[in-house]
Amino acid sequence: MTTRIGVVTFPGSLDDSDARRAIRIAGGEAVALWHRDKDLRKQQVDAVVLPGGFSYGDYLRCGAIARFSPIMEPVVEQAKAGMPVLGICNGFQVLCETHLLPGALTRNDHLHFICRDQRLRVENDTTAWTSDYERGQEIVVPLKNGEGGYVADERTLDELEGEGRVVFRYLDGNPNGSRRDIAGITNEAGNVVGLMPHPEHAVEALTGPTTDGLGFFTSALKKLVAS
Amino acid sequence: MARVVVDVMLKPEILDPQGQAVQRALPRLGFEGISDVRQGKRFELEVEGPVDGDALARIHELAETFLANTVIENFTVRVQDADGSERPVEAGPHAASEGAVA
Repeated sequence: MTTRIGVVTFPGSLDDSDARRAIRIAGGEAVALWHRDKDLRKQQVDAVVLPGGFSYGDYLRCGAIARFSPIMEPVVEQAKAGMPVLGICNGFQVLCETHLLPGALTRNDHLHFICRDQRLRVENDTTAWTSDYERGQEIVVPLKNGEGGYVADERTLDELEGEGRVVFRYLDGNPNGSRRDIAGITNEAGNVVGLMPHPEHAVEALTGPTTDGLGFFTSALKKLVAS
Repeated sequence: MARVVVDVMLKPEILDPQGQAVQRALPRLGFEGISDVRQGKRFELEVEGPVDGDALARIHELAETFLANTVIENFTVRVQDADGSERPVEAGPHAASEGAVA
């Protein structure tokens, strides 16, 4: 059976169809999930992607309202039980709001929306979503956000560094004021990963700056087949 | 019917680029002497029934779990009585009056 990876569509999600496409290109079966679905088991998904966009218009705070969507209850429950979950951009914001990941994303320090191809260094190649990379590898994927400044208190940042939970760091200059150049992090178990840049936009030569983003999805598929 | 006001502010140690942009625009508009601006959010909740301890406890919980993200924000809760007078509600763990929470 093909491995099924669900992609949640919230009102205001933008990159859900690109995320599904990336999963298909990587060889998986992409399953569209609706924010009102409460039953994740019925969909028989092995992993979940929370895509980029502006869920609920970014009202209140980015990701704050999506966090209370019916589907997030089983997603959080399954994530705590080890299911791979990837949050991209707005999805990362949702993961921070649910406290599956520590810290928060704040307004870019220069106040501008930024949209560019971004070089990143892979700092952790052992998570469910990065095992197809090598530690220290540099990748280029698009970055596009207005509220991508990663913040957490110093103790949390030290913990993340000490436990190897910083998964990606920005290279060529910090684009948004993120503490310690952090672009993406993981939870303790390594199954939940969130990042601001967009790997799903870099999966084929025709439409992406590179195909460097494909490794996220092939990593998860390999892990799920092996388990 | 009473109104409860929840004010949410970024913690002092969190950079507020919006507030800074407002502050920087002030001299251009001819307003001098403002050294710092912090921007926050104000929520006005119309409460059905009495605003007693139980109601305030629920409002405190909703402020803490939803209106504010206590990773980066502090909040205060105040009751506005019908005559317009306000009374603060005892400070919770993330209330602004307690200052920065590490």
